[in-house]
Amino acid sequence: MSDAAAQSRSWTDFANPARFLALVERVLPWLAAAAVIVTALGLWMAFSAPEERQQGITVRIMYIHVPFAWLSMMCYVVMAAAALGTLVWRHPLADVALKSAAPVGAAFTALALATGSIWGKPMWGTWWVWDARLTSVFVLFIMYLGLIALTRALDDPSRAARAAAVVTLVGIVNIPIIKFSVDWWNTLHQPASVLRMDGPTIHPSLLWPLLVCALGFTLIFFTLHLMAMRNEIWRRRVAAMRRLAARRADAAGA
Amino acid sequence: MLALYLRDLRLGVRAGGGGMTAIVFFLTLVATVPFAVGPDLNLLARIGPAILWIGALLSSLLGLDRLFQADRDDGALDLFAMSGETQPLVLTVLVKCLAHWTASVLPLVVAAPLFGVFMNMQPAAIGATALTLLAGTPAIAFIGAVGAAVAVALPRGGLLVSVLILPLAIPTLIFGVSASYAAVNTPAPFLPPFLILCAITLFFAVIGPFAAAVALRQSAD
Repeated sequence: MSDAAAQSRSWTDFANPARFLALVERVLPWLAAAAVIVTALGLWMAFSAPEERQQGITVRIMYIHVPFAWLSMMCYVVMAAAALGTLVWRHPLADVALKSAAPVGAAFTALALATGSIWGKPMWGTWWVWDARLTSVFVLFIMYLGLIALTRALDDPSRAARAAAVVTLVGIVNIPIIKFSVDWWNTLHQPASVLRMDGPTIHPSLLWPLLVCALGFTLIFFTLHLMAMRNEIWRRRVAAMRRLAARRADAAGA
Repeated sequence: MLALYLRDLRLGVRAGGGGMTAIVFFLTLVATVPFAVGPDLNLLARIGPAILWIGALLSSLLGLDRLFQADRDDGALDLFAMSGETQPLVLTVLVKCLAHWTASVLPLVVAAPLFGVFMNMQPAAIGATALTLLAGTPAIAFIGAVGAAVAVALPRGGLLVSVLILPLAIPTLIFGVSASYAAVNTPAPFLPPFLILCAITLFFAVIGPFAAAVALRQSAD
């Protein structure tokens, strides 16, 4: 009980935007440095990994395509958690997190689609097929765009955040569809080969660079997300100050 | 409950512009297809179920923005939200969805067989498409309620509702069309996709009104 209380106190500490900004100020350089180092290491490992027998050099696209695809889903889960924070706890930073995660997620989804398309051209002989995995990720991309439009459609940020939170939570039904689409339908896209019940089927020499790359890109995601949140808080402060200044000018004029 | 249903039904039918406009839009949509793909009867018969489904989907999106707008304008929505103890807002939204479906989507389902004849579809395909539309369009109405509830607070929400709703309606479309095709092409079984379609409708009958009620309550304060 006391443990839970202590945890909730420390969690509500971040509700104060100034304290959150101070924390971001301290964490961000380290996070950014770690992201750059790990990603560089991952890419170096990816390029020194052995080539796959059938796919040749194109297998190296996997080391960026798979992390992008994972992150496009993880970003949505982060947004859904933020949506829950907005609706249930009314956490003031949750709507900032939701709003600033949407463009990052959309970018990662677009990159996953683009790299997958570039990989699909030599492997499948076509840029795009309407199979279950590709279609559901495409739907995810459209949902990101709709959410971006929704969070910017209203002038009042807190009201826009609650509307976006409801839509985000309804849209999370798409995430399991994406994850299991390759198992439920017989598709061109290959089934999962890393996160499996009976262990990964991918060879360790290919698996390790992939995992390091995934970690690096996850760090990049969190760096970008924190930066976007910081910018959003600053933007709201500027808007509030402008409003205040305008009101003062009005009062002085009258 | 019943009184609210009948009131919404009467409003939907008599206020004009609701159901009739949607049918005319549906008819226009179906009529433009032969101009776009050419008057090849075999091709039209093959793509007929898909065209009917897309037409029904798009035309049922038309009336959505009015689902809560009128009630918000005359203040009835606040009364619904405040009478939460005697009648939960979720149930009110569910009833409103059902009334909306009866008033402006059910006519589309009834008209669909006639449009199927335009598309030179076989009787079995027409029957199967009408049946899948009957089972699947409530899901679209329930998902649409979420969009309509979110859009209540928006100054110009109509287009945004469609953008938000269409991705979520895609599973309904997939299974509706695949069930319609399965009824005609013998090797594929009709029942599994049809049952999944019914499951999707029931699923959204729970999720949709709940999320819409949350959105309405959030936009009220």
